[in-house]
Amino acid sequence: MKLNQRQSEPYSASTNACKLCKPLGACLAFRGIEGAIPFLHGSQGCATYMRRYIISHFREPMDIASSSLGEKHAVYGGAPNLKLGLKNVMTKYDARMIGISTTCLTETIGDDVPMIVREFISDLGNGHKDTDIPALITVSTPSYSGTHIEGFHAAVRAVIDRLSTDVDTHEGLNIFPGFVSPADVRYLKEVLDDFHLKGTVLPDISRTLDGEALTQYENVPSGGTPISQIQSMGGSRASLEFSRTLDEQSSPAALLEEKFRVPRHILGMPIGLRESDEFFGILCEASGRELPEEHCLERGRLIDSYVDGHKYVFGKRAIVYGEADLVVGLTAFLAEIGIQPVLCATGSVSGKLEDAIRSVAGELLSELPTIMEGADFFSIEESAAGLMPDLLIGNSKGNHLARKLGVPLVRVGFPIHDRFGGQRLLHVGYRGAQSLFDRVVNTLIASKQDRSSVGYTYM
Amino acid sequence: MRASVFEQREKQVYRKGEKPFEMDCDKDSLAGAVSQRACVFCGSRVVLYPIADALHLVHGPIGCAAYTWDIRGALSSGRSLHRLSFSTDLQERDVIFGGEKKLYQALVELIDRHGPEAAFVYSTCIVGIIGDDLEGVCKRVAAEKGIPVIPVQSEGFKGNKRAGYNAACRAMFRLVGTGDVSDISPLSLNILGDFNLAGEIWVIREYFRKMGLEVVANITGDGRVADIRRAHGAALNVVQCSGSTMDLAKMMKESYGVPFMRVSYFGVEDMAESLYEVARFFAHQDPDITARTSQLVNQELGALYPELERYRRDLAGKKAAIYVGGAFKAFSLVKAFRLLDMDVVLVGSQTGTEEDYRELHEITDDGTIIVDDSNPLELSAFLQEKDVDIFVGGVKERPIAYKLGVGFCDHNHERKECLEGFVGMLNFAKEVHSTVMSPVWRFVPRRHRAKLLTGMEATRNTHKK
Repeated sequence: MKLNQRQSEPYSASTNACKLCKPLGACLAFRGIEGAIPFLHGSQGCATYMRRYIISHFREPMDIASSSLGEKHAVYGGAPNLKLGLKNVMTKYDARMIGISTTCLTETIGDDVPMIVREFISDLGNGHKDTDIPALITVSTPSYSGTHIEGFHAAVRAVIDRLSTDVDTHEGLNIFPGFVSPADVRYLKEVLDDFHLKGTVLPDISRTLDGEALTQYENVPSGGTPISQIQSMGGSRASLEFSRTLDEQSSPAALLEEKFRVPRHILGMPIGLRESDEFFGILCEASGRELPEEHCLERGRLIDSYVDGHKYVFGKRAIVYGEADLVVGLTAFLAEIGIQPVLCATGSVSGKLEDAIRSVAGELLSELPTIMEGADFFSIEESAAGLMPDLLIGNSKGNHLARKLGVPLVRVGFPIHDRFGGQRLLHVGYRGAQSLFDRVVNTLIASKQDRSSVGYTYM
Repeated sequence: MRASVFEQREKQVYRKGEKPFEMDCDKDSLAGAVSQRACVFCGSRVVLYPIADALHLVHGPIGCAAYTWDIRGALSSGRSLHRLSFSTDLQERDVIFGGEKKLYQALVELIDRHGPEAAFVYSTCIVGIIGDDLEGVCKRVAAEKGIPVIPVQSEGFKGNKRAGYNAACRAMFRLVGTGDVSDISPLSLNILGDFNLAGEIWVIREYFRKMGLEVVANITGDGRVADIRRAHGAALNVVQCSGSTMDLAKMMKESYGVPFMRVSYFGVEDMAESLYEVARFFAHQDPDITARTSQLVNQELGALYPELERYRRDLAGKKAAIYVGGAFKAFSLVKAFRLLDMDVVLVGSQTGTEEDYRELHEITDDGTIIVDDSNPLELSAFLQEKDVDIFVGGVKERPIAYKLGVGFCDHNHERKECLEGFVGMLNFAKEVHSTVMSPVWRFVPRRHRAKLLTGMEATRNTHKK
């Protein structure tokens, strides 16, 4: 909860939110499935706003269809427009899956979306073969309950629930990376290949939100997790889920375990050396192989650079904010390079952030950071006042705060609206840690250099 | 290629010269068509947003406030409350039990913290459904805090962006008429429909100052509550931007007899004509104003034309596509491209009226596609069909252009270049030039589609040239 320090009572108003709404997360997750188009059941503005927000980060087309409800639909129900919208999307988009998320409007007027979709399918009648009809996945995402990250996981879980079946056990591995960047997903797939492991990463936005130049506009962008692979995730020998804050009822991996007895391994988002070690350790075990040489070397270079750069960063104080699992990963990383995280904040409320941070960074820190759930940037700023931070690390929405505090901001995660290449930022694994470390060190060096009147040319 | 247009939308696409002009518009967006339009709330929010000393509180779940935080580069010369994003962040329990109490507390808290001159409270979809008494809460807080607290009836589903413009105008109109107008010059005006992106309103204000006119209120770029309260004391309203503030001008005419005229500050022709028209309005009171205006225009043009010529040489004959929110901006853009000797082959808008499209029909060449409330599938097909060199639009149009290897100019919220006024025409030419003339297009697949060369072969061929 965001607390007013003086009165110890929650503020009624949010100022400069550190979270986004639930359907946005669902749309992003659906975008990571091959042949899928996200569809919002609500008024036109929701889809347009989210498209704009997502496009400004990824710089890629992001079509989100909408049922475009008007006043009469709000009174009499949105079913006719939802059906019409689905029909139009089927006609023009040639999608293999339509991911339908609700909005606060349609949740509040009480549209029973799963039922409307069943009606829609039966209305289509015999003229349509089952194979002609795209998979219609529905997920309930009222924005007054939870944030974009809950929406993201809920969409993935809905996809698993609908598509995964009880297939024969196979050698495959499921990876639920959570909301990471396209570059992260590309890297994870490469790592699986290097271990000669067959795996399914769900969702996979590596190409759908970071695609190549084209001659033809693609109605649905190429890439994404193939539906056939999702169907067989129920037979995989294990699921790896990068989340220390997700509860069981919301976890896609837990659902697979419950339905098809696929063992669920919970690990943190593999950010930094130790969290990556845990991830690679599991892959070694799963593949029965040693750490492949290129990754071993990458790990060695990372440690070498930690040594080379340690004095630039030691004892610096950082404020970390963003989605809870990203914050946990970043905190683990900062603690191991000698930076003191003084404030860790997230906009969502899981009740698990503190324990997660204690478990990944507790042994390295003499003092645990202030931990805030349900935070907005106003409450972060209030808490930051006495903390004398040297840097901020998080998405670009902390820019205002960084300027106010007069400290640099290392941009990671989503959204990054004021820099170029957010979709290509790598956060995970040894390579991601290397990239983060270089950026953090250079940011601190630059900050020192810029403040000095000497104009040092060696730093 | 034409298959990309939905059957239900065929009458919203017109190709000049194929048959007599006839177009459908002002319709609800087709479900499932990925309209580029926004909602009522969006319309209200963008219009009121630049009023920099007012508190803008979004009453609803977090999304509506989060997506409009610092959404446009509307600059302020002083306080910048508008750049903060306030929301009641409604939760499930508020939806069940009503959000009035939370709204009241939030307003009191924020007004105490920030001391705004007025507060706007935006209604969102959900508030329209749960039936919070916005008016009642606002009245109570206004009485307690002694500042205007004004509800904006902007429930997202109650129409499109234009309905939101209207709600914003009605909200502002409650301020108009409450300030002292005794010291306002008879040679005075209000600037309506300019949002001071990249400091544009300051350029326009300077022109009016040089003409000897007092600007009473900026509506709404770099806007101030106190100015809007006395806006009815101005002798004239000049209104830019098709839909957004026209309703306010009409209300002011009806209630206070303030006449209005439509103007545009984009492009040389429209900019100059707008100033001359304003001068003509005041000429009977101030006969010298015409001479001062001519001098101003000539001075600006004298500086501009030689500069512009450099760009025109490179740009002549290139093909441009335009897709913008309001059609009025499209008129000016068509003329601006003409000044650069470029051909407009596609022009469209999200919310144009029949009158708007008729005018576009008048000013464009045969073969030009005119489109209402389009979507990515159509726009991308049109760009390809017309082999466009530059597409002018907003953030949502940008990736459509770039993905296909087409140049792009942002003429919407996120622009950081001043595109208004005479200097704006030069900046526009620079913008267009910087994208059209970039060497990167020779590497994009569409320039090699005939031979289907791989990227590397394409690069080699470029080297040979």
